[in-house]
Amino acid sequence: MEELQEEIRPPRIGDPAPAFEAVTTQGTIKLEDYKGSWLILFSHPADFTPVCTTEFMAFAEIYEELQKRGVELLGLSVDSVSSHIAWVRNVEEKMGVKIPFPIIADLNKEVSLSYGMLHEGESKTATVRCVFVIDPNQVVRAIIYYPLTTGRNMAEILRLIDALQTTDQHGVATPANWKPGDMVVVPPPNTQEMAEERLKQGYECKDWYFCMKKL
Amino acid sequence: MACISPDGKPTESGTKLLRSLKSGLRSPEEVAKYTGLPLFRVRSGLRELAGAELVTQKGEGYELSPKGDEIIGSLP
Repeated sequence: MEELQEEIRPPRIGDPAPAFEAVTTQGTIKLEDYKGSWLILFSHPADFTPVCTTEFMAFAEIYEELQKRGVELLGLSVDSVSSHIAWVRNVEEKMGVKIPFPIIADLNKEVSLSYGMLHEGESKTATVRCVFVIDPNQVVRAIIYYPLTTGRNMAEILRLIDALQTTDQHGVATPANWKPGDMVVVPPPNTQEMAEERLKQGYECKDWYFCMKKL
Repeated sequence: MACISPDGKPTESGTKLLRSLKSGLRSPEEVAKYTGLPLFRVRSGLRELAGAELVTQKGEGYELSPKGDEIIGSLP
């Protein structure tokens, strides 16, 4: 007889972010403590490993830019809080970089499991490199997964935040390789009337469904 | 524990939060503005101080408890 296992469905884009209360390097934090701010919840495989160390230094480097955009950072791995503390102290001492954001010590894997951060095909024990972008209403707005061997691109994370915030602020979409200052995509019209009106609105249109504008 | 040391005394950030309530009831948003601490740290810190009975939650706000008031009064 097949053993019945309770399946935890990880969140998808547009889902409410799963609530948690977790021990971190800055005390016990609940997801709801971030209500009203954007949050990047990211996991790394393990403390005291080289790729993760480069990533943490890179996250610390963009921390100020994220703060300007109203974004908080929250790291996670299945290491203990003592290990996290020892590692961030080591990074500060050896690399001269202070880690200003908290890191969840997810020893019981509660948060990793609820967010689908453990990918057994990649590692049986460590979390893969996930990024969950959570908006001020605590809805998951974007998810990125990277394997253990590939460090993440901070410029892309900043670009993603800029794109999501531009979408929310102006009700537009952003094209491939968009960056702040570039033209944005006007959402496609829903009716024939809207399609005809659109062509008179001064947008730069390649066709009725493909219009761009400057902000 | 971020706001209370193992010896039961408030840490630097715990003291900052307690001092911010000296003038009376304040919301976490007001405390964040006053202390310059990020809002998530204020929310988690006030929760911890409430657990240690140093502050009391009143609706959306927090105020010093008699125990918290005593600690603040004894600080230089």
